[in-house]
Amino acid sequence: MRALGTIAIVALLTATGVAAAEIPEAQRRSGSTFMAPDTMAMQNDDTANPGMLWALDGEALWKKKAGSADKACADCHGDIRTSMKRVAARYPAFDKALGRPVDREQRINLCRANQQRATPLAYEGRDLLALTAFVAQQSRGTPITTGGDPQLEPFIAKGRGLYMQRQGQLNLACANCHDDNWDKRLAGSAITQGHPTGYPLYRLEWQSLGSLQRRLRSCITGIRAQTYDFGAPELVELELYLMSRARGMPMESPAVRP
Amino acid sequence: MAAALINVPAKAKSGEIIEIKTLMSHIMETGYRHTVSGEVVPRDIITSFICRFNGAEIFRADLFPAISANPFITFFTTATESGKFEFEWIGDKGFSETASASMTVE
Repeated sequence: MRALGTIAIVALLTATGVAAAEIPEAQRRSGSTFMAPDTMAMQNDDTANPGMLWALDGEALWKKKAGSADKACADCHGDIRTSMKRVAARYPAFDKALGRPVDREQRINLCRANQQRATPLAYEGRDLLALTAFVAQQSRGTPITTGGDPQLEPFIAKGRGLYMQRQGQLNLACANCHDDNWDKRLAGSAITQGHPTGYPLYRLEWQSLGSLQRRLRSCITGIRAQTYDFGAPELVELELYLMSRARGMPMESPAVRP
Repeated sequence: MAAALINVPAKAKSGEIIEIKTLMSHIMETGYRHTVSGEVVPRDIITSFICRFNGAEIFRADLFPAISANPFITFFTTATESGKFEFEWIGDKGFSETASASMTVE
C-alpha cells in the first residue's frame, strides 16, 4: 500500500513537472504586452507603424501582373479584404501536393510558380515581405486558428520536439527561455513567451520588416547552434508548433517590436 | 518602391494647434558600413525634408546618417486657413518623393 502511494506521488510530481514547463492558457501573453507604451502606440497607429509601408507596397504587388501567365494575385483572389480574411491566421497549413505544411511565404511562392508561372520571390526580400504583410494584415484582430487540421499533428509534434530540444554551444532549448523564464529579462530585454502573433513584423532593432523565420534564425544563432536555411522544413515545423501554441490569440500583423 | 504615410487632420478650428506626422520608406544607409569583402557600402540617405502649406514653406529638416531607416518626422503648426500641405523628401542617388494632404479650417 505504501509502495503504491509512493508511485502515485512520483507520477503526480512528473505530471506537474511537465505541466509547469508549458505556459497555462490563462497566462499566455503576446509579445506586445511586454513592450513600452511608446512602441505599443506606434504599432496601433497605422500612420506611425512602419510595417504599413510594406503593406502599402504589398497592395500594389497584389494588383500587379507577373510571370508568363500574366496574372496578378487579384485576378484569381479578387478583393483581398474578403478573399484573404483570416487566412494568414491559419498558417502554416497542410499542402496536399507536397504532403507537408507550408508557411505563408511558401504559399505565396507556390502560387507564383503554379498560377503565375513566375520566378519565386527571395526570402526576406522586399516584395515577399510586402505581399506577406498585406495578406497578414487582413487577419488583424482575428484569433489564430493554426493546427486544426489533423494531418498537421505529426508535424506539430516534430516542431514541439525541436522547441524542447537543447542544442548549440550554450546547450539551450527554446523552452528554457520562452517557457521557463518568460517573466525575466535577458540583457535588459524582455524574454517574452514566443507567441508569433504579429509576423511579419517591424523590429526597431532590424530597422526593417522581417519574417518569423528571420526571428527564429536569430534565436538559433544566439544559442550558438547551426541554423537552418530559409524555408527548411525544420523551421516551418517550428513555426507551425509556435502558431498552434498561440491558438486563440489575436493576430497583430504587421506588428512593431523593439 | 517608395511609399509615404501622412497623418494630417482633415478638419481643424482656426487657431488650433495641429500635429502633422509623416513616415517615409527609406533604407537610410549610413555609408559607414562595410560588406564582408571589406568594401564600403555607399551612403544612401534622405538629406532634407520640406513641408509647404499653400506654397509657403512652414517646416524644413536636414537629415543625417545617424537617423534610423524609414524616418518618422512629426511637427506642430497652427491652423489658420484651409489649404493643402505638400511634403517633399530629397536624398542621395537622386531620391525625390512628394506627397500631399488637404485640411479644411472651420
